[in-house]
Amino acid sequence: MAKAGKTLEIGTSPHIASGASVDTIMRHVVYALLPVCAFSVYVFGLAALVTLAAAVASCLVTEHLLCRWRGAASTLGDWSTAVTGVIYGLTLPPALPVWMVVLGGVIAVGVGKFLFGGLGHNAFNPALVGRAFLQAAFPVAMTTWYPALEADRFVGLPASSLTFPFATPVYDVLTGATPLAAMKFDGEATAALDLATGLTAGSTGETGGVLILAGGLYLIARQMMNWRIPLAILATVFALSGVLHLVAPADYPGPVFMLFTGGLMLGAVFMATDMVASPMTNAGCVVYGVLIGALVVVIRLWGGMPEGVMYAILLANAVSPHIDNLIQPRVYGTRKASGGPS
Amino acid sequence: MKPVETTSPTDEFVKGLWRENPVFVQVLGMCPVLAVSNTAINALAMGLATTFVMCMSNTLVAVLRHAIPRQVRIATYILIIATFVTVVDYTIEAISLDLHRALGAFISLIVVNCLILGRAEAFASRHGAGIAMLDGLGMGAGFTLALVCLGGVRELLGSGSLFGVAVLPAGFEPWIVMILPGGGFFTLAAWLLLINYLKQRRQADAEPVREALQ
Amino acid sequence: MNGPDSERAWPMYRALVGVGMACGLLIAIVFAGTRPAIEQNRAEALERAVFAVLPGAERRVTLILTADGRVTPDVEAPGERFDAAFDADGNLIGAAIEASGMGYADTITLLYGYSPASETITGFRVLASRETPGLGDKIEKDPAFLANFEALDVSLDETGMSLRNAIETVKPRAKSEPWQIDGITGATISSDAVGEILTRSTARWVPLIVENRDEIAARGRDEAR
Repeated sequence: MAKAGKTLEIGTSPHIASGASVDTIMRHVVYALLPVCAFSVYVFGLAALVTLAAAVASCLVTEHLLCRWRGAASTLGDWSTAVTGVIYGLTLPPALPVWMVVLGGVIAVGVGKFLFGGLGHNAFNPALVGRAFLQAAFPVAMTTWYPALEADRFVGLPASSLTFPFATPVYDVLTGATPLAAMKFDGEATAALDLATGLTAGSTGETGGVLILAGGLYLIARQMMNWRIPLAILATVFALSGVLHLVAPADYPGPVFMLFTGGLMLGAVFMATDMVASPMTNAGCVVYGVLIGALVVVIRLWGGMPEGVMYAILLANAVSPHIDNLIQPRVYGTRKASGGPS
Repeated sequence: MKPVETTSPTDEFVKGLWRENPVFVQVLGMCPVLAVSNTAINALAMGLATTFVMCMSNTLVAVLRHAIPRQVRIATYILIIATFVTVVDYTIEAISLDLHRALGAFISLIVVNCLILGRAEAFASRHGAGIAMLDGLGMGAGFTLALVCLGGVRELLGSGSLFGVAVLPAGFEPWIVMILPGGGFFTLAAWLLLINYLKQRRQADAEPVREALQ
Repeated sequence: MNGPDSERAWPMYRALVGVGMACGLLIAIVFAGTRPAIEQNRAEALERAVFAVLPGAERRVTLILTADGRVTPDVEAPGERFDAAFDADGNLIGAAIEASGMGYADTITLLYGYSPASETITGFRVLASRETPGLGDKIEKDPAFLANFEALDVSLDETGMSLRNAIETVKPRAKSEPWQIDGITGATISSDAVGEILTRSTARWVPLIVENRDEIAARGRDEAR
């Protein structure tokens, strides 16, 4: 399998570098995610810390080993795998067994990224591929939620986290329902204050909506994220659920509840904006965002599952090349928006 | 891709197992492969049913090959195949109602399995009855092998058992996705990946020899 | 059609009709050969299901409920099938009724046993469902859930036309009344669906079974003779 070392860089035009390289952007994405991680450790304790660490470590190790196995230079340095790992970890239930976290991490990088050809070629957001696999494989563990602000969350780990590999997890704490599940199955609304402060049961990183928004704004301010995608998603969800709520307030929850529950914030800001899997043009990004927003509302309100952000984004990822096909950028040389693949 | 000209009857049988495996190499008959490989028993039953149909239809088509005009050959082949499928359908229902229910519509759908019509058209209509029967047997065996490979992995991971016997310890958490349709795609992809990887490795090993000869 | 054409057509007819007749004959032979075994398999499967939902049952008769609310043993009569089950002496144990409704993934079809003596549902069995393995299919396997149906109250009110208390699916471990069903954690929709299906079916069937109780019981005495 030995191959000659790369002696000539071959790339297509344009050859002008924009200054911010992949690793700079990715590093800043990690910075933007750090407050979210810190908050989740505060809310869910050691369980969240272990889940996040296992998620990042499994993604990094998988990437490194696969690069080695292929005989290529390790791409750990570009931070993109770290971003995948952190985002993947943030989408998981805090008390998920570590072995499941690792398995999903291997699938995220191995199947979601490597099999498609590595960074820049993944059709789907790798973190979501890993999560989707776990959701399909272990539906019970993936919908068993560790409660927020558990008293001894900094003292020890929940028994389920340390489940023996490939064994069924046993839960030693009373598990809570997410606000969306409580709404869907029991018709119970969660207190607005709890929603705003993020002190509810849920995925490791989905509850701190305000911090996620702040991280997104930081990246937008540094021009490292296309703001049209999250804005289009959130506006669509707000508008659609707002209209439905006005028509039938008893049947449909209000728009603010929809915005601040589940993985919507995290998904809209950090997952739908995956540079590779989202469309290239600004107009395309708006279409893509509206599609995700509409799918989220449809799945949440009329689907069998309480939450649908993951599937909405994966479906839109699949559609995004077709959006690019329909919305072609202007011919090079004529006046063109600054956008580009961002 | 024209297969290597085969010589001996044994070879006609063996080629279906590996070199021209209908599932792993020709990627034919995917509908039953994905749909009923959720347990090893279903996979085995499906494989055997398909083998029987293919063997019988290949033989009959080969026997009748001079009596069937070209214009109506496909219609006649389908008639023959459908007959044996119906025979298998009744037989399975008589043997076990549960198995019949598990395989569901896919028994009847053996009729439209492109693999069987493909063998009738591409092989049986041009060869003698004995060779055609061996071809059907070989292809069927290869199909069964591939189905059991898929069904085994899916049942092992999805239910922790193999042929209905629990083989993994009681605490094993089943990977539900493996017995759902998605698991069929994953497992098939993984097998194709493995087999193509092995093939490429073998080719890469042979490469230096060829270069040295030139 | 002129001469040469019909000459060319003859082998086609010969091939198609010949093969078709041979195939038809083969199918007819196999059909005749396997039919008794298939009928027996089906009857046994139905009997197992009926006896499972009606503990103590040892005999079974298929009856038809006609559109005007009468019960007849003539299985060819138009109407809906159900099974009456009796003990060894021909005393009525209850009726096994098929019901279906929408579950999480697809229609769930189930068979439940109703005992007129205790005015309860005595058990149920899922005949067909495509609920998610591991979650929704707990309605078939979860022992705590199945225990709900060992004696689920479906007694009629004074009018004899409707249930005194509609069946109600409550949260897991919240059952406090004999007509309530404990739901399953993680399978809310599927367990609700079972409650829904039973509610709808019992509301229609139970008054009719009670009304025709003597007629149904008479069939058992015929059987025992």
